[in-house]
Amino acid sequence: MNSDAQIWRRLQPIVTVLLVASVIGIPLWLVVATAGKSQGEALNPNLSPPSEWHLWENLRQVWTDGDVPAAFFGSLLVVVPTVFGVLAFGSLASWVLARRATRLNAVLYALGISGIVLPPAVVTVVLLLRQLGLAGTAIGMIGVYMGIYMSTVIFFVTGFVRTIPESLEEAAQIDGAGPLTVFRKVVLPMLRPVLATATILICLYVWNDVFYAFFVIGGRIDTLPLNLFRVASAGLYLNNWHLIFAYVILMSLPLIAVFAIAQRKIISGITSGAVK
Amino acid sequence: MSTVETTPALDRSGPPTPSVARTGRRPAGRINRQTHPMWFLGPALAILLVFFFLPTLFNFIYAFTDWSGFKAEINPVGFANFEDLASNGTLWRALRITVVYAVLVAIFQNLFGFALAVLLERDTRLNRIARVFFLIPVLMSALAVGYIFQALLKPGNLFTYAWLGDTTWTIVVVAVIHAWKWMGLSMLIYLAGLKTIPEDIIEAARIDGASRWRTFWRIRSPLLAPAVTFNVATALLGSMNGFDIVQATTGGGPARTTEILNIFIYRTFGQGLFAQATTMSLVLFLLVALMAFPVIYVLRRREAVL
Repeated sequence: MNSDAQIWRRLQPIVTVLLVASVIGIPLWLVVATAGKSQGEALNPNLSPPSEWHLWENLRQVWTDGDVPAAFFGSLLVVVPTVFGVLAFGSLASWVLARRATRLNAVLYALGISGIVLPPAVVTVVLLLRQLGLAGTAIGMIGVYMGIYMSTVIFFVTGFVRTIPESLEEAAQIDGAGPLTVFRKVVLPMLRPVLATATILICLYVWNDVFYAFFVIGGRIDTLPLNLFRVASAGLYLNNWHLIFAYVILMSLPLIAVFAIAQRKIISGITSGAVK
Repeated sequence: MSTVETTPALDRSGPPTPSVARTGRRPAGRINRQTHPMWFLGPALAILLVFFFLPTLFNFIYAFTDWSGFKAEINPVGFANFEDLASNGTLWRALRITVVYAVLVAIFQNLFGFALAVLLERDTRLNRIARVFFLIPVLMSALAVGYIFQALLKPGNLFTYAWLGDTTWTIVVVAVIHAWKWMGLSMLIYLAGLKTIPEDIIEAARIDGASRWRTFWRIRSPLLAPAVTFNVATALLGSMNGFDIVQATTGGGPARTTEILNIFIYRTFGQGLFAQATTMSLVLFLLVALMAFPVIYVLRRREAVL
């Protein structure tokens, strides 16, 4: 029994390295190798290294052909206000939902978190946005994303507020601070860990989303995933695998850079909300 | 992984539940109304109402009309859309494919995630690096993941057989790809779950003479229940609402055998058949709502425990 454990201890690093190399390494190598090939060589994408590296040229070509700068700013234009809005309004509501345990609030809370599981009505939201005059606009898109991810924020933050004691708030109230001041000065700073988790998750979803974006702003505003989709399905890039994967590299770089910097925080952030 | 310890058992055994203590201490009502005004709920509820609940309500209306991209007026048609979709078999097929896909993803994602968590459990330097590698697919766009595997699975690369062109097995392959993308997240959650198990319980079992294998299955696995619930629920519901990976690998093919509900909605919407798309959107809503009731129940119970 003991020797079994020892053998496994020796074997585990080897298994780990082989697994990472095959399961993650091969797909990533395919991306880099294909993005480095010339058009002719990349016609049938395979795992052989390029005979000559054209990575830089390919990146430059998609940068202009795929409207990467416009798409990057389009993505930012949608992601940043969504995250700020949903966190600000969501935690404001969560604070009251967690602190005032009335029957009405129990119902509102149940409604508030229902969006975690229920799928958004993607088709009719387009109709609604048209009626509101917001179809194809960034504001419409931000509203839709906020509607979709508000539930996630309310769920995480309400649960978190319930774990922090009320005494600090009370002290501030006795000093005569109004509710908004108490929320901003006392509650919000304490919410930092849970807000970090929510930020990571929502950024991940919104930055990579193409489904909702297709319905709401398809063709009107460029975002990175929408352009990847267009680029990969349009005749312009048909079978131009070297350009598709060059685009994939460009698109993934911002997230990978953020991840490389804040890796530990992100890992603990994602897990801390899940297992209780 | 060091900060994982912020969650576990300690919090639970700590102070009494705040809600009970609070209502006992001061009369709820006037004071609360001033200190925690209800209008703080306003913006969040307004956004939810306008951008989430109203479109959902519209689903229940426009699924029963002839709304389309080809004419201006919209007339009620009763259950005609449902009858059309049911009579040509599309409705049941899309429903069946969606549920099969969701179940397959839930199984694979949890198997992979659990296996990785057990493999990389010890906090060695190598394991930490390996965990980061398995998180890369989680960060990548699902669309990109789809294109990568479309290229990788072209006959002659890894396999000689065209695994994305098989009317029986392609759905399984796509589910594996979906699981590949998200297995890192499941792994993290299982790792966090494994860490919440107190060392002394395992020690006690060892002293009682339980083998490693037995300790693992009898003592550690049952204590992972919360992680399993979370992982299965998110995988099931997430994949029922899936789109990107299927679209990027098969686009619903071959012969529409991987056409999950969202692919159908996307395709018919693009063709201007808005009423059909709305009808399927309503079907998806009802399907998820039906399966979600138990899930919400579990989530809320967990909330109460906290």
